[in-house]
Amino acid sequence: MTAEIIVVTSGKGGVGKTTTSASLATGLAMAGKKVAVIDFDVGLRNLDLIMGCERRVVYDFINVVHGEATLKQSLIKDKRHDNLYVLAASQTRDKDALTQEGVEKVLDGLSEDGFDYVVCDSPAGIEKGAHLAMYFADHAVVVVNPEVSSVRDSDRILGLLASKTRRAERGEGAITQHLLLTRYNPARVAIGEMLSVKDVEEILGISVVGVIPESENVLTASNNGIPVIVDVNSMAGQAYSDTVARILGEERPLRFIDVPKKGFLQRVFGG
Amino acid sequence: MGILDFLKRKPEPTATVARERLRIIVAQERSTRGAPDYLPMMRNELLEVIKKYVHVDIEAININLERDSGHEILELSVTLPDGKSPDKAGSDAKAG
Repeated sequence: MTAEIIVVTSGKGGVGKTTTSASLATGLAMAGKKVAVIDFDVGLRNLDLIMGCERRVVYDFINVVHGEATLKQSLIKDKRHDNLYVLAASQTRDKDALTQEGVEKVLDGLSEDGFDYVVCDSPAGIEKGAHLAMYFADHAVVVVNPEVSSVRDSDRILGLLASKTRRAERGEGAITQHLLLTRYNPARVAIGEMLSVKDVEEILGISVVGVIPESENVLTASNNGIPVIVDVNSMAGQAYSDTVARILGEERPLRFIDVPKKGFLQRVFGG
Repeated sequence: MGILDFLKRKPEPTATVARERLRIIVAQERSTRGAPDYLPMMRNELLEVIKKYVHVDIEAININLERDSGHEILELSVTLPDGKSPDKAGSDAKAG
């Protein structure tokens, strides 16, 4: 049994890749899957903070690649979910520390250890780290904001996913592409200040797997080191749960994409 | 300020502007994706040659690379200015 490899990527930075990786991995674990989430951003370790395990990092991804530590020693078990593990990025400044053979070795090791899913949190850009994060993937989650530069970059990434992966090179069939629209603000869309779900889908020629509304809960979650999907009362958390369910093959309608209707009392008294 | 402002059309919503800009740039970038790196330079050099004989704008040269099963077709089309005949000269050349 080989692990399904999912890359979370975007091209542009700051659109919500790490937030998405953390919630996707946690959501898959909540669905009973054995999951590892790997930070590919060599030099800039971030995922450990979002997952709330930054003080428990002893060995990292590069240590495993170089044989300085075993996978078992380096995988950090999540506090809340027994079947969820984090592999932190190295803080080395050596950009060549990551190699294709090394990444393959780690992914094969995770498959042998019985992992169902490996989530690869890609760095921004289209350099080596981003390339290696997507190379072995079976599925891709392309995170996009309703904003011109992010949309353009994600089109570029969709092109790379179709050609620069092992599956593409070996002719093993295209990798499954999922478009995830984050930081969506239905109120601004309604007054024509923001690209709509439909606009983004039409421009990129691919339908969304989920829409995450812009929400203060995302910052609160990262402040606390708890993936936002754990916050089941927040709209962002619920939108991530829907997204994970869809990636697992369930059909769920999109939520939180329209301006909430005001109730009678709110209309009379405002607020 | 005053009655004239009242009669002016409402400005286009910025999301519409963004959508149109993206449509154009994404289509343009997709058409050149995977094409050899020398295409833009070749386009400029071709323009220089054509300029020796007719005055044309850089926008008038269109280079298109199409992949068919097993071979690639490089299509070059130049729109000549008015008054010249023929209006459009097209030539096909095989590359790769």
